[in-house]
Amino acid sequence: MTKKTVFAGFGGQGVLMMGYVYAVAAMRDGKEVTFLPSYGAEVRGGTANCTVVVSDEEIFSPVTSSPDYAIIMNKPSLARYEGMIKKGGIIILNSSLIKTDLIRKDLEVVKVPANDIAKELGSDRTINMIMLGAFVSKTKISTLDSIMNGLTEIVKGKKESVMKLNRKGLDIGAGYVIKGAK
Amino acid sequence: MTEKLLMRGSHVIGETAALSGCRFYAGYPITPQNELTEYMAGAMDKLDNGTFIQAESEIAAINMVIGASMAGARAMTSSSSPGISLKQEGISYLAAFELPAVIINTMRGGPGLGNIAPAQGDYFQATRGGGHGDYRTIVLAPASGQELAGLTRAAFDYADKYRIPVMLLGDGMMGQMMEPVELPDPLDLDTLPPRPWKLDGAKGRPSQFIRSLFLDTTVEEDHNWKLNRKHQNITRDISKAELFETKDAKMVIIAYGTAARIAKGAIKKVREMGLKVGLIRPITLWPFPSQELIEISRHLRDFLVFEMSTGQMVEDVRLALEGRGNIHFYGRPGGIISTPDEISKVIISLYHRQHLEED
Amino acid sequence: MTTKVFKRPKYLKDAIFHYCPGCGHSIIHRLLAEVVEELDIGERVIGVPPAGCAVLAYFYFDFDMGEAPHGRGAAVATGIKRILPNNIVFTYQGDGDIAAIGTAETIHAANRGENVTVIFVNNGVYGMTGGQMAPTTLAGQNSTTTPGGRDVLRDGAPIDLSQMLAITKGSVYIERTAVNSPKNIRRTKKALTKAFKAQMDGLGFTLVEILSPCPTNWKLSSLDSLKWIDDHVTKTFPLKVIKDEIENRSNLATEAINQT
Repeated sequence: MTKKTVFAGFGGQGVLMMGYVYAVAAMRDGKEVTFLPSYGAEVRGGTANCTVVVSDEEIFSPVTSSPDYAIIMNKPSLARYEGMIKKGGIIILNSSLIKTDLIRKDLEVVKVPANDIAKELGSDRTINMIMLGAFVSKTKISTLDSIMNGLTEIVKGKKESVMKLNRKGLDIGAGYVIKGAK
Repeated sequence: MTEKLLMRGSHVIGETAALSGCRFYAGYPITPQNELTEYMAGAMDKLDNGTFIQAESEIAAINMVIGASMAGARAMTSSSSPGISLKQEGISYLAAFELPAVIINTMRGGPGLGNIAPAQGDYFQATRGGGHGDYRTIVLAPASGQELAGLTRAAFDYADKYRIPVMLLGDGMMGQMMEPVELPDPLDLDTLPPRPWKLDGAKGRPSQFIRSLFLDTTVEEDHNWKLNRKHQNITRDISKAELFETKDAKMVIIAYGTAARIAKGAIKKVREMGLKVGLIRPITLWPFPSQELIEISRHLRDFLVFEMSTGQMVEDVRLALEGRGNIHFYGRPGGIISTPDEISKVIISLYHRQHLEED
Repeated sequence: MTTKVFKRPKYLKDAIFHYCPGCGHSIIHRLLAEVVEELDIGERVIGVPPAGCAVLAYFYFDFDMGEAPHGRGAAVATGIKRILPNNIVFTYQGDGDIAAIGTAETIHAANRGENVTVIFVNNGVYGMTGGQMAPTTLAGQNSTTTPGGRDVLRDGAPIDLSQMLAITKGSVYIERTAVNSPKNIRRTKKALTKAFKAQMDGLGFTLVEILSPCPTNWKLSSLDSLKWIDDHVTKTFPLKVIKDEIENRSNLATEAINQT
């Protein structure tokens, strides 16, 4: 099993952090992992994206032209990646910012109003955990606990209240999938 | 060994350098390797006896490394292609002085300013010495995060053992990518062999000097042959390649670094289709693992060299095989990262053309 | 009983200089060896010779020396000194080496306040390569590449690197001297001593610029060369202390120590 996931959005939406947390979680799950951020001039402001490959065996190419999954945080990223996603792939959309529907009918879509949920939670910083919650719950590629452990490992020393908020975001995101929201 | 960490390639190099006794780093900003320079600023600062200098130029940085190495330190500099061109003056002197030093080249698209995407256009420059004069540098080509750690440690050890500059030749992707890595144990500097040649003041011994000027042509000739004997020893001792699925192969791809990873992905695909293809991945680019190639040429004829350039290593393959076998080439220069799909198409087409399915 | 009143300094090897008759390098070498002996730093001094006429200096000095590529002395010295802060590190550089090809390395070493001493021998020509125009060649002065004399509109005016370095915050002591008279030679030795002492006290970047004769390339007799320095060179490059903050820095250093 090798699954390639693209995370894409604006700089500042925590896109790279999302991929990083997922990659650390998968590594602790005992998987092979690569995390490749877009880099260079384009990263300094503007769009941000990263590719995370998770596999049971040695990973050859950390890049992909046809990801299995995509977490799409804004409209320009949808325009860029919709055509690339593998047939039958899964796309998690931030529906707070993306109001349009997909053109393709062969993809599974989970719409998560992450910005709205985050606003209710009182912290914009939970957006990426909300999306990760939906992603993990839909794909079963990792677990919510693993993601939480990954986050804890990365942000060592963050206040307990912040971590509780992140956990809440993760659970709400996951709940969105379970509820069968389309 | 420590626990597995998910680390960016450039940070793996930096942390391994510090764990390997590197106590001096000088560098100059250039993309896509700024993360390494920034990491070294922190890593050297954390040590009691570490020095980090953001130099005024690549030229100054390599010359500071010369000074630190003369003074007996394990020293390193890093850059990306255009900056490595500037360092070549100093690398030539390091070779002439027989000083150990480690140089990291995170290759990007070129020539000129090029771009900041991963590329392999500096192969000739790296493996042919790069600067003026008759010399070589050891060139190591990592292809994974774990190998970055291993080869960074090896780079310092080879540099010391042979008193020679060692270059780690990676690319933008190797530097940026994060993979799980187990870092090596910290090296106890006291366990390193003494450096009787170093300059630290003529206390309790006669004064000594380090030079590269040999106006007497016979002395310069002797110096050149001495370096050449060292090069021969290195070639005999450290040439290394990874062989992947070569046992029953009818064709092998030869690729290094990022290109080798993509090639492996392609090989996996075509093997599922029943094509018998393997990979030779040179880990040392200089010395080039010619023996491994010759060995394999005993039971197959077709070699496909794949590089992220218009064809540089392919010349070493021809030199190694000396007419044994058919050497094919596929290249994507300019910072293009091929996909395994693209390479598998090339393989299938070649397989047909060479009638390998008939054997 | 006879007393030896003049002998080879301890740190000059028993070798014959290759320098031309009347060349200033021989005098400066001797002064340097004397200073090293008098300061008793022969066992911890490390010198960095240049590419230029003094490239073979390691055959003459009996202490550790490490060659630098042309112009890179200040960078090499930086590397040595940072690893061995208790050693005394100097570079020995000509005008072309320091003020043309090595300008950047020199300015930035001074600006960082690298605790090294630079001995800048200014003879206004590229000596070793045969007398081409140097950055310090005087206006109107002949050289093999300025056959009608240096034209400041075409070739630029002679550059005063010492003055430029004095602006940097990291430099503590810069003096321009000459070796064309007994008085100036004594002054040069004093300046060298002062510079090394400042380094031993860890105060920062020090430089002694020494106006030095090159009779061969100036196409003058040895005596006329000495006179040329007085009559012409010092008009563009006057002998003086260009910067001296040794006392200030010493006080600051003492204060800092007292505070901790």
